[in-house]
Amino acid sequence: MSDTTTSLVAADGTPLKRKLAQSLMRSRARAFGLALPLLAFILVLFVYPIANFLTQAFYDARFATLMPGTTEVLKDWDAVSAPTEEMAAVLVADLVVSKKEKTIGKVATRVNRELSGTRSLFTKTARSAKKMEAPYMEALIKKDKDWGDIEVWQAMKTASRVYTPAYLAAAVDLKMLADGSIVRQDEDRRIHVILFWRTLEISFLVTLFCFMLGYPVAYMLSTLPARTSNLLLILVLLPFWTSLLVRTTAWIAMLQAQGVLNDLFVVFGLAADDDRFSLIYNKTGTLIAMTHILLPFMILPLYSVMKTIPPSYVRAAKSMGATNWTAFWRVYFPQSVPGIGAGALLVFILAIGYYITPALVGGQDGQMISNFIDFHMRKSLNWNLAAAMGLVMLVFVLFMFWIYDRIVGIDNMKLG
Amino acid sequence: MALDETNNAFVRFDRVQKSYDGESLVVKDLNLDIPKGEFLTMLGPSGSGKTTCLMMLAGFETATHGEILLDGVSINNIPPHKRGIGMVFQNYALFPHMTVAENLSFPLEVRNMGKSEREAKVKRALDMVEMGDFGGRRPAQLSGGQQQRIALARALVFEPELVLMDEPLGALDKQLREKMQFEITRLAHNLGITVVYVTHDQTEALTMSDRVAVFNDGVIQQIDAPDVLYEQPKNSFVAQFIGENNTLEGVIEDIKNDVALVKLDNGDVIDAKPVNVSAKGERTRVSIRPERVEFRKDRLKKGAHLLNAEVLEVIYMGDILRTRLNVAGNTEFIVKTRNAPDQTRLTVGEVIEIGWLPEDCRALDA
Amino acid sequence: MKTIMSLTTASVLAISAGTAFAEGSITAVSWGGAYTKSQVEAYHKPWTAATGNTVVSEDYSGGLAEVKAQVESGSVTWDIIDVEKSDAVRGCDEGLFMEIDHSALPNGADGSAAADDFIPGSFTDCAVANIVWSTIFAYDSSVMANGPTSIADFFNLDAFPGKRGLRKSPKANLEMALAADGVASADIYEVLGTDEGVDRAFAKLDTIKDSVVWWEAGAQPPQLLADGEVAMTTAYNGRIFNAVASEGKPFEIVWDAQVFDVDMWAIVNGAPNAELAMDFLKFSTATEQLAAQASYISYGPARKSSAPLVGSYHSNASLEMGPQMPTAPDNFATAISNDFEFWADNQDELNERFNAWLAN
Ligand SMILES: Nc1ncnc2c1ncn2[C@@H]1O[C@H](COP(=O)(O)OP(=O)(O)OP(=O)(O)O)[C@@H](O)[C@H]1O
Ligand SMILES: [Mg+2]
Repeated sequence: MSDTTTSLVAADGTPLKRKLAQSLMRSRARAFGLALPLLAFILVLFVYPIANFLTQAFYDARFATLMPGTTEVLKDWDAVSAPTEEMAAVLVADLVVSKKEKTIGKVATRVNRELSGTRSLFTKTARSAKKMEAPYMEALIKKDKDWGDIEVWQAMKTASRVYTPAYLAAAVDLKMLADGSIVRQDEDRRIHVILFWRTLEISFLVTLFCFMLGYPVAYMLSTLPARTSNLLLILVLLPFWTSLLVRTTAWIAMLQAQGVLNDLFVVFGLAADDDRFSLIYNKTGTLIAMTHILLPFMILPLYSVMKTIPPSYVRAAKSMGATNWTAFWRVYFPQSVPGIGAGALLVFILAIGYYITPALVGGQDGQMISNFIDFHMRKSLNWNLAAAMGLVMLVFVLFMFWIYDRIVGIDNMKLG
Repeated sequence: MALDETNNAFVRFDRVQKSYDGESLVVKDLNLDIPKGEFLTMLGPSGSGKTTCLMMLAGFETATHGEILLDGVSINNIPPHKRGIGMVFQNYALFPHMTVAENLSFPLEVRNMGKSEREAKVKRALDMVEMGDFGGRRPAQLSGGQQQRIALARALVFEPELVLMDEPLGALDKQLREKMQFEITRLAHNLGITVVYVTHDQTEALTMSDRVAVFNDGVIQQIDAPDVLYEQPKNSFVAQFIGENNTLEGVIEDIKNDVALVKLDNGDVIDAKPVNVSAKGERTRVSIRPERVEFRKDRLKKGAHLLNAEVLEVIYMGDILRTRLNVAGNTEFIVKTRNAPDQTRLTVGEVIEIGWLPEDCRALDA
Repeated sequence: MKTIMSLTTASVLAISAGTAFAEGSITAVSWGGAYTKSQVEAYHKPWTAATGNTVVSEDYSGGLAEVKAQVESGSVTWDIIDVEKSDAVRGCDEGLFMEIDHSALPNGADGSAAADDFIPGSFTDCAVANIVWSTIFAYDSSVMANGPTSIADFFNLDAFPGKRGLRKSPKANLEMALAADGVASADIYEVLGTDEGVDRAFAKLDTIKDSVVWWEAGAQPPQLLADGEVAMTTAYNGRIFNAVASEGKPFEIVWDAQVFDVDMWAIVNGAPNAELAMDFLKFSTATEQLAAQASYISYGPARKSSAPLVGSYHSNASLEMGPQMPTAPDNFATAISNDFEFWADNQDELNERFNAWLAN
């Protein structure tokens, strides 16, 4: 009995604390068990593939696995002195294998990314590599004089790095040289930073427009009787139910030079018939279309927050002598801030990642960073660069979240 | 009405009607004068139109017909914020994003009052409701009663002459409610303000008010001082609604010398004071307060009609005894007697005779 | 995220393909629209009639992304695919396509061996050409009575004011820009191979940059013309022909400095019905089928032996198809042959430069 003087015991004699921990543990385990399928689902279908994909931003073992010998000798090469005969011999051996294994295209594509124009150099040389004999360096140069160019070898050395900052550097308009140093991209190739800024600018403007258009609508919805407001909410959601192509066609019909809107401008003398506004296939088009499609994401959280603000607050303010404006600004507005925060964050983050709409109506200056991720995913097949740009975006979005948390507070957000 | 119809009404509802849907009237032909300094309570069942009247007075609803005058001036077209009426809402409506002090300072700020003056007034108002130490808190950090007091202070801090309160004590427990009832009346009288108070708690109405307006179905059934209302209800709705009440139904046999002879449905005959009955043969509902029933004949007038009653239940409540009787077929007939030494104790099953003074037994509409 | 999408779609398709289709069916993937329709009429239906095997037709919008996703995830559902030559070469190098034994292709109708019958450049290790198509530019003759006649006119905003439609890609644009700047068709790629040449091409594009409406899908340019959004636009010749022949649009093609190329059939590595697909490939690239296709769309047959068999438009006997072909002598004088090797080598760099140029 002496050891129980300090701690309470349960009816069966076990210390109360342990008993409590046990019972809590059991209920937690049960709750966790229930959430397990979802957790596994997210892990398998979301976290793992994305993480896996994003590693491509800095991990590229293609050259190293397909050209193992070359990779090994290039490691010891200082990238300044002339390539040796040994390097040439190993390279030819690797080329023979990769031709046979049909992997030469991958190797060539990889090196071509470092030094444009080398793709055919590799595929051509690989075709005749089998017949080459020592001295190999001479044989190579005889096949194509470009093999005498040290830049080709430097490009291979860069390509042979398994963990490389090159893609991330490229994602922010820097480039990595053979010796590992990083410099700014040539001026006529700089594009990503401009795009990141433009993406920010467009996302910000879209958020602002969504807010300006959505706030009064959400307010109106929240003051209407439930039946009417539900009906109108359906209208708000209508864009979601329309197929993308129908929607795009509608925008084009509305916004193009010979479209409805421009016709109206001409009728009302706001534009000359031969000098109509360019409302589509440029940044304006992107802004209009994205505001339209993202508006519901602003309205819904706003609506759900406003719905919970009792009218008595504004009435109280007015009864105390506040004008309509003061009552709104000092009393109503601050209480709708959680909805604004949620809506703005939602719209902003969705806008940052948008690409279909800008691709369709954005023209040349309405393209966003995601359009280029898409481009590298589907057209140029440079998935590493796509991953790098995706990673930069992800970091940026997390940063935005952090800022938001600092300024407004994440727990102050009501998503609905 | 006790009030004279001259100009000294501070608030006047003049033939006011209100309809929300254009089909039914929620307020029907409301005429009401409230003199300066009065504490008037609107009492009535849920949905009887009390809040609607208050909202029309505050300016948040417009009257469909008729006029509302404040200090002799029609306020139909004056927006709420220019009416200078203080208001306490049922849910208090304290601004959750402001501290208590900021809440109180709000009406002063919108009046462009200087900072030092504002602070002084806020402090005084907080002290008045004994919440001086709570200025820095948010409303969510206060108990219900504390919030209520802040709401009251906020409605008073800008010194309005008229304060409206819509069931301000509805959310409080009984003890706190009683304490607050007292505080509100004390403050109202000390400050000399006119108060229109809405409740559906009749005890609250009786204890706090100078006058009580009983609403039903959009119409004021009776407006009188609490004692008059209780003792002389003008119709059976008021009699039923205010306080505990026994009713017996029957037909008027005769009306003579302000005494009506009522033949109850079981054939017994009793005396009653005719209130809103006039003709022989009319059906009536007589109303007797439980504490006015006597079963000691020595206390009744000579020749008073008596009724037989069977004791069904006796409930001991400390200060009083509550006896349930079967009287003329009504098995819910209650009698309250003071627990005094000379009081007869009744036993269940006993059959006794009961009676009352004719003026305590009011013959009302059926 | 895109990959995951295509990976999952691919696997879903794989499942449905495994269960829904009976034996004797292949999935042929092509560019959609009028082009796929011409293949259905000229290849698919006759093949089904001759062999009893069916063809499931799917659309895609070019590029190797989907094929790559299918092959790398090991769940291939496509059997045969219509690709541009540069993609045929690149896909072959990367092991996305099967190698093809060209000697197995049938002789021409005139008896000439396949190797001689196909026009030069029709064979790559993994693919066989079926048609010759070209990028041309076109205008609406109802709007411009005295329309442009040369590529230089396309770049002349003073004489021919109005917006220009261009494909959002450096391909064909750089070639045409140089041609407009006076470079002879035969020298285009030599000039483009130098930094100065690239600068020169971009400088030429700069002169119209502010007036350009960029298109991406082949169906867009006829639409842009019809809507009056552009005064003239580059386009695939077949698309413009179709708008004229079947919709009666008043569009005119300018053949000067057309950039022509071949489209090829390639069989996906690991295709579930590779053998059948090979049979389909042989069947569809025979003389008669190629000639038949030419009556549905104005893309030239890749076999010389098909030319004499090319007749008139399938729904209009008075519309001779011969003169509509990129290879017709009148159209061919200044033609530029797309150099797939140049593009395979330089497209990454030129894409980058082009994108940067666009964005700035
Ligand atoms: N905004 C409105 N629109 C339509 N009808 C309303 C509205 N507000 C109140 N009503 C109706 O008017 C009638 C009177 O409502 P009111 O709020 O004045 O009642 P109340 O006496 O305050 O009741 P309670 O004691 O329950 O608060 C009710 O039938 C109610 O349904
Ligand atoms: Mg109410």
